[in-house]
Amino acid sequence: MWNRRQGRLRPAGCGVEELRRRRREREAALRKARREQQLVSKRLLREDALEETGGGGVATILGEAEIQQFLQLAQRGTEEKEREKALVSLRRGLQHPETQQTFIRLEGSMRTLVGLLTSNQALLQLEAARCLHELSHSEQPAVAEACLPATSYLLTYLSGHSSDFIELCLYTLGNLIVESEAVRRQLLPQGIIPALAACIQSPHMAVLEALGYALSQLLQAREAPEKIIPSVLGSTLPQHMLQLLQPGPKLSPGVAVEFAWCLHYIICSQVNNVLLITHGALSTLELLLLDLAGAVQRTEDAGLELFFLRKQSSLLPEGLWLLNNLTANSPSFCTSLLSLDLIEPLLQLLPVSNVVGVLVLTVLCNVAEKGPAYCQQLWPGPLLHSLLDILAFSDIEVVDQSLELLQLLFLYRPEVCFLPRLPRPSCSNQGYRPWRSVRQPSSRIVCVLSRR
Amino acid sequence: MQLPPALRARLVGGPGAAEPLPVVRDPAAGRAPFRFVARKVRFPREHEFFEDGDVQRHLYLQDVLTQVAEEPQRSRVPEFTCQVAGCCQVFDTLEGYEHHYHTRHRHACSFCKRAFPSAHLLDTHILEWHDALFQILSERQDMVSVPQSPPRQRLRPAQGWVLHGGGQSWVQPVGLRLVEYQCLVEGCTEKFKTSSARKDHMVRLHLYPADFWFDKPRKSRGLATPGPCVPLSAEALGGGGEQSEGDAMEVCAAEDVAIPWGAPSESRAVAARMEKRTYSRRIPSTICFGQGAARGFKSTKKRDQRL
Repeated sequence: MWNRRQGRLRPAGCGVEELRRRRREREAALRKARREQQLVSKRLLREDALEETGGGGVATILGEAEIQQFLQLAQRGTEEKEREKALVSLRRGLQHPETQQTFIRLEGSMRTLVGLLTSNQALLQLEAARCLHELSHSEQPAVAEACLPATSYLLTYLSGHSSDFIELCLYTLGNLIVESEAVRRQLLPQGIIPALAACIQSPHMAVLEALGYALSQLLQAREAPEKIIPSVLGSTLPQHMLQLLQPGPKLSPGVAVEFAWCLHYIICSQVNNVLLITHGALSTLELLLLDLAGAVQRTEDAGLELFFLRKQSSLLPEGLWLLNNLTANSPSFCTSLLSLDLIEPLLQLLPVSNVVGVLVLTVLCNVAEKGPAYCQQLWPGPLLHSLLDILAFSDIEVVDQSLELLQLLFLYRPEVCFLPRLPRPSCSNQGYRPWRSVRQPSSRIVCVLSRR
Repeated sequence: MQLPPALRARLVGGPGAAEPLPVVRDPAAGRAPFRFVARKVRFPREHEFFEDGDVQRHLYLQDVLTQVAEEPQRSRVPEFTCQVAGCCQVFDTLEGYEHHYHTRHRHACSFCKRAFPSAHLLDTHILEWHDALFQILSERQDMVSVPQSPPRQRLRPAQGWVLHGGGQSWVQPVGLRLVEYQCLVEGCTEKFKTSSARKDHMVRLHLYPADFWFDKPRKSRGLATPGPCVPLSAEALGGGGEQSEGDAMEVCAAEDVAIPWGAPSESRAVAARMEKRTYSRRIPSTICFGQGAARGFKSTKKRDQRL
């Protein structure tokens, strides 16, 4: 019934440059939406035919009379095939925003659709659910909120057994959840969390991915830390999520992505991370990270390290942040960093960007500040030369952090001072500062230089 | 950052960490104008540090398109009929059959053929509709659940009934089974003495619709049964809906009328219900004075039979 294929909504006849331009526009729009706390995205399950014909613009616009006719035929037609066809036609029409608006304004239309959703004719039920799914994907809040009468049934069907149908219900719920707080205020007392907790025991990967999507939408809500996450933590969902993230042959990438995002929303809300740790979150995530790193390694071509860096650059800040938190208060981790010869690979990352540069330098400072035994491992070595190169950069935060590191190095390894003259850096106020305020480094340059 | 293969092997192989190097800090390290302090950093979810990641996440959500196969792409098999007795649906895909079976047969009541989405709803239906003991106790509970100012002579302590609520009503003592209508919402363990109390709970607390399809009051045969499929307009669609033999569960909830068990003929069942409505609050169901009430436990053996 479902032939899952993950592809992109690619309008026909688009060149590579055009695609890049569109992607940049979409990224800019998403950044803007995030800053305004209006970041909302939905997932859509749709037929092949629509994509081939170029996207939503080709969906038929249905008028009021046609919608009524299709609904009537679906409800009271004598032939099952005829009833099913009527709903298919309605569904295709509902792919168009105008049809959606007409539908929700028509009195009794949603009630009829919900009635068809409870039909014991399996195909009618499925088509009714697909109509609802189209509506749930709408960007118009009024359209999505018009689907509220169906939510109790969508939740009830989550404890069923038809995996395709459950998957559809979950994506529909996920789209509705993200629509507004009003929707969530209804879904929570309707028991969405216990329903998801029961459903997560499904053996079907497609169902689990859909569930992860719906749950991530719920956890992403603005009111989640106060009103949603405590209930989720009190359910069996965290244990099941962590189980599904265990590396191994059964790990499904689509499922893992969704539940990783769920964990991210829970953890950075800082409601009760201790509970997650007692469920084994740390070890699961460590193993998963290692597994992923291994997978990346296996796909690398030798000699393309620079390409790899650029490809994975979006992961660098998070990875270095992790490294900072591991090394900040831990002599063991700092010792491991040194004994595993990770300093030189870290130094390779310095030129990637200002953000990454500051993060790398902070990690190195974490090591250096622990005293002479640690600095002894940092010099002689490539560290000093890399630092000198960086001092030529114009970003003030990078220079700032470099000077902190130099100061530590000079303090604990005075012999470093017998070196060629250090260049005077020129600083300007630029770039993203991850977690530090801007400071003028000139006094520190003098201090550092005076140690020579 | 390219990890040398040997390094990766060491990382995978587990810590086996050497003794950490000694930490010896010089107080001069933190002296002004230098201010570095090693510390862990936490970011709240809306911090701009997560902007890149969130943007990637939403690009992913928007890009992923899961597509439904058109007819020709389904794995086709020679046509076959559903094997369940009495069902003549024909299928040419295994997926279609699977969905039909789960929807129509998996949790179907063998008494009344109604289909339910889950085992929980089916179990609740069988208990509330087809369990003779449940119905007897339901009627008894109806009798004693209302306040009675003069105690009824028939119900003496010797029969096991006790005064309750300051002498306002008679109840069965703790330890005897009471009828319980369980909340139909997944994860809710609340139970109620009457089906109307349950419905009230589901509407008020769980915000379920008052006409929730799986908790609808049963209507007598012969009346129009519009169900949730209200016509778009009276002219356009008329009445009717999805009510038919084998439709979804309807739990009797109207005014706590005792639910008849078994499957007597419709007219006798209607008469029986009328009789019960008249007498149920005052006379135990085992006493019928020879008037039309269905008796016996003829359906008991079917209690455990379900598809």
